[in-house]
Amino acid sequence: MTELLNTVNTFGSELLGSFWPLVWTLLKIVAIVLPMFAAVAYMTLWERKLIGWMHIRLGPNRTGPLGLLQPIADAIKLLLKEIVSPTRSNKVLFIVAPVMVIMPAFASWAVIPFQADLVLADVNAGLLYIIAISSIGVYGVILAGWASNSKYPFLAAMRASAQMISYEIAMGFALVTVLIISGSLNLSKIVLLQDTGIFADMGLNFLSWNWLPLLPMFLIYFISGVAETNRHPFDVVEGESEIVAGHMVEYSGMAYAMFFLAEYANMIMIAALTSILFLGGWLPIVDLPILRDIPGFFWLFAKTFFILSCFIWLRATLPRYRYDQIMRLGWKIFIPLAVFWVVLVGAWVVSPWNIWN
Amino acid sequence: MLKRINQFLSSLMLKDIFTGLAITGKYLFKPKFTVQYPEEKTPQSPRFRGLHALRRYPNGEERCIACKLCEAVCPAMAISIESDQREDGTRRTTRYDIDLTKCIFCGFCEEACPVDAIVETNIFEYFGDKRGDLYFTKDMLLAVGDQYEKDIAANRAADAPYR
Repeated sequence: MTELLNTVNTFGSELLGSFWPLVWTLLKIVAIVLPMFAAVAYMTLWERKLIGWMHIRLGPNRTGPLGLLQPIADAIKLLLKEIVSPTRSNKVLFIVAPVMVIMPAFASWAVIPFQADLVLADVNAGLLYIIAISSIGVYGVILAGWASNSKYPFLAAMRASAQMISYEIAMGFALVTVLIISGSLNLSKIVLLQDTGIFADMGLNFLSWNWLPLLPMFLIYFISGVAETNRHPFDVVEGESEIVAGHMVEYSGMAYAMFFLAEYANMIMIAALTSILFLGGWLPIVDLPILRDIPGFFWLFAKTFFILSCFIWLRATLPRYRYDQIMRLGWKIFIPLAVFWVVLVGAWVVSPWNIWN
Repeated sequence: MLKRINQFLSSLMLKDIFTGLAITGKYLFKPKFTVQYPEEKTPQSPRFRGLHALRRYPNGEERCIACKLCEAVCPAMAISIESDQREDGTRRTTRYDIDLTKCIFCGFCEEACPVDAIVETNIFEYFGDKRGDLYFTKDMLLAVGDQYEKDIAANRAADAPYR
């Protein structure tokens, strides 16, 4: 495999010269984004299936074997529909907004390490980059609400962006605790550090991942992630049974679907980040030679899949929160708790009982 | 005070949420009771109220005597009947129409009929493409009755002890 890649690399640089690195990076981006689109599509199917099973139903099973063609049928349906733009809307922003929503969800994947040396951009400020990029998604939401030139999307955009911004703070603090104990913003280093510790020496690697010493922060991060991606039980943005839809209410066809693609892409992003920061990324559960032989991205995939299923499990379980309850949870509970834990973990790291050296 | 502390701790530990997750998690593995409709069907009662039919006696004579009790009892006014004297001196319907788009399938017509002429069958898989397709005339209702007489008779025999 490596030889093949090297051959392609040398052939390409001879053919294109100084343009080759650009083309090569673009190819790598395509290699990440295309499977992401497939993952997002099949995520919708898995969600419908899992929720169905939890409701003692079967879920979609008519389109193709086991309903496996359902996402493709949905995509074809949406692509064939007209994109209606309201008469006095701002046409340019109206089209740009869905792109602005979906772009950060895919751009974040640039720094996600799939395996020990398998990462598009191994930058040292990887986590900072993710925090920065994921905040841009809010602009898409506001633009969508604004460009529609309609009261309801506008109010919904306010609602959605307020929620996303509030939970970003708690999320940021949860990330700070991870930074404190690992002392690095590089995601690969954060993962590798979780491979060391008392339990890792005993072979029980999963107990030395960050989730155990940082359990409250793990929960806060996960719940904030649910709120950040506007998922149940915090999905007052869409709230299909009460308020029909949010900032995307004037959109139709594929433009409408883009918002949902972005939601699912963000979910996958948050799940991948949770597994990297708290569940040991590409590391196997226990230190066995057989498990070490399994490619790292399989473990990352399995952990991400588990977290995603938890997202859906929450959706199948909990009723929707009221909007003031969401805000209260974010500002009055999560942020104080997160600040307290940042101080506590900070004290722990400088104390003699520090376990992360 | 102790109760409040208890409450605070259990909400901090997300106790209720985990209880709920346990319940949905348990249901995930339960056998599903989805009925795969076109291939599987739920059992039907002999009293099922579906598409209407007009019945005949075994000798081929139509049962309906145009008493108009069904027309009178119909709460949706879906039935319209006109009657006249036939050559042999019996009173018969010249028109017996049921507008199935008006019908609410209450079964009152069936109850009211003194000769068991108008009945509701077990058929529920019918449709209309155009406006007027669901307006059933006497000939159509008699045709339904002729086609499904065996099922209708069996259902009524099954239900007879309870009437």
